[in-house]
Amino acid sequence: MRTVTLDQMSLAAGAGAGAHRSLIIGIFLAFVLVTLGITLWAGRRTSGTADFFAGGRSFTGFQNGLAISGDYMSAASFLGVTGTIALFGYDGFLYSIGFLVAWLVALLLVAEPLRNSGRFTMADVLAFRMRRRPVRTAAGISTIVVSIVYLLAQMVGAGSLVALLLGVSGGTAKQVIILGVGALMILYVTVGGMKGTTWVQIVKAALLMAGTALLTVLVLHRFGWNISTLLGAAGHAGGKGSAFLEPGLKYGATSVSKLDFLSLGVALVLGTAGLPHILVRFYTVPTAKAARHSVNWAIVIIGAFYLMTVVLGFGATALVGPKAIKASNPAGTTAVPMLAERLGGGAGSTGGAVLLSVISAVAFATILAVVAGLTLASSSSFAHDLYAQVIRKGRATEKQELRAARLAAFGIGAVSVVLSMFADKLNTAALVALAFAIAASANLPTILYSLFWKRFNTRGALCSIYGGLLTSVVLVVFSPVLSGKPTSLLPHADFAWFPLENPGLVSIPVGFLLGWAGTLLSRGEADQAAKYAELEVRSLTGAGAH
Amino acid sequence: MLNTSPPQGSSQADAPCDCRSAAECEADRLTRYQAVANGEAVTLLRRRYRRFAAWMTVLFLAVYLSYVLLSGYAHRLMAVRVVGTVNVAFVAGLLQFAMTFLIAWLYTRYAATRLDPVAERARAEFDDTQDHQAGARQGGRDPEGSTCAR
Repeated sequence: MRTVTLDQMSLAAGAGAGAHRSLIIGIFLAFVLVTLGITLWAGRRTSGTADFFAGGRSFTGFQNGLAISGDYMSAASFLGVTGTIALFGYDGFLYSIGFLVAWLVALLLVAEPLRNSGRFTMADVLAFRMRRRPVRTAAGISTIVVSIVYLLAQMVGAGSLVALLLGVSGGTAKQVIILGVGALMILYVTVGGMKGTTWVQIVKAALLMAGTALLTVLVLHRFGWNISTLLGAAGHAGGKGSAFLEPGLKYGATSVSKLDFLSLGVALVLGTAGLPHILVRFYTVPTAKAARHSVNWAIVIIGAFYLMTVVLGFGATALVGPKAIKASNPAGTTAVPMLAERLGGGAGSTGGAVLLSVISAVAFATILAVVAGLTLASSSSFAHDLYAQVIRKGRATEKQELRAARLAAFGIGAVSVVLSMFADKLNTAALVALAFAIAASANLPTILYSLFWKRFNTRGALCSIYGGLLTSVVLVVFSPVLSGKPTSLLPHADFAWFPLENPGLVSIPVGFLLGWAGTLLSRGEADQAAKYAELEVRSLTGAGAH
Repeated sequence: MLNTSPPQGSSQADAPCDCRSAAECEADRLTRYQAVANGEAVTLLRRRYRRFAAWMTVLFLAVYLSYVLLSGYAHRLMAVRVVGTVNVAFVAGLLQFAMTFLIAWLYTRYAATRLDPVAERARAEFDDTQDHQAGARQGGRDPEGSTCAR
């Protein structure tokens, strides 16, 4: 998803919804009402911290698998990946693959040990055998930074997208929409806690899968259920000949862009298992076995989803055409809604209007659910790690911790609403990739070291979290994302010396190296072997698990 | 998470503690875990899990990275047509999906047959040490509650 400026938006308003606005709003309001109902219902069943932070650990593997998928399949995937495929052909497929393969890291190395040894947040696992206050502070900060970057990406995208689909233009309309999205997500989180948020994710995942499957069936039906025919038609319409069906159209131009592609690939595959809103989901099931099943379900659902995005992307190229898509949005964000309209019978037809409205409403639901998950994860970390353990030194009552979480949800929600309003020129795709890169550089090394490396200690954890965080953020600040290019946030300034848009290729190894060096350059801690024995027994067997 | 200083809020003040001091309590607990960690079940579990997870991780990362590198740098190979308009790049991409499903299935099967029963045994071993140490004392599976705090 690229930057959407105001004139592009008014341009798109004609091509987009217009007359069908009321239908879209109607379907969307129905979703909001249903989810608010669920939230109120869940809110009444939420009393303690285990309910609020972990949904009472009462979800089944399948339910949590759906909820994980709901948390993971963001608008950036549904609209961004399909749009990239629609405009750049094969290169968009690489996102789909990275987003899926990443789940093997979660399945093999993270989900079960984390479920077994932690309580509410990622920091719980670190706090086991290290000095608690410094590691909780570090983990809390990196959780909140990753979440806010990811939130910003979703909300900036939401503002542009909703404005685009509703056919409204102008800065005020967009700001009102961002404000509305922010208010709803705060409501979901503060009232419904993890229970409410999980059900919102489940409903959203079901809607998104149904909508995507419907469009996929319609596209495949058009092409006689023959992938080769579909690809042929897309290649023909793509206007780039067979290159459209081969890698390299977006990233193959120069040796720098090829490195950028490699960097993106590494960040995608290693980032997922470090994303805070994904990690907290493993705590909502009763056992490690259920956590394993939920990741398996997530792999099935997410895998099916990303296979379908390929059909939708190439279908949009073949049926709508890159010219029309680009005219509506230069990054291709509206490719899927336009495809839906075409499949329903084209602009002006009732079928087209209905299908466009349904798909647009699904896209809204997607954004809303993802931002709620992010707000919950970051406010949990604030309340449980920073407030209860660091500020109150473990002396906060459950009630105070819950109040802190609700206040934090307000605070984080407000901060991201304000940032999104002023940052609507930011490139959403870069922000999402940055969130993945920070998660992979700051969170993943620490999680893996602390689970599997006996010698790992506080110094190592701090070096790796702060080092990975700083490296990735600094490299982005001095990259073409911020300055030096016409597509940068500050196109007129040029202080970029780091050539890659995604810092992962450098910052992830730095995060791992710093954790290793910091550990070896400091002395061991008291009781280290015994504490590691406890963590290992717990993480492997589930003895003493919450 | 540990028991030394007052943990997550609630259960401390109202918790009757059988141990003489917090430090002894902590030492007690750590000894128990260490005994189980060196026991037969956990040793076997550790070896099996680490070996399987490590090999699978190396495998899928190698396959994925070679795919990314091939896409970036082996353009001519990826462009070779296989069936109709479907080229090597598409087949390679679909193989990544297949690999993900396959490894997830293999791991789940391995865990169910080779890991879960051993984990069960290790948990039983752990509960034994608890009963042994605590005697008639009530022991929960809650770390704040286990051995001493409650």
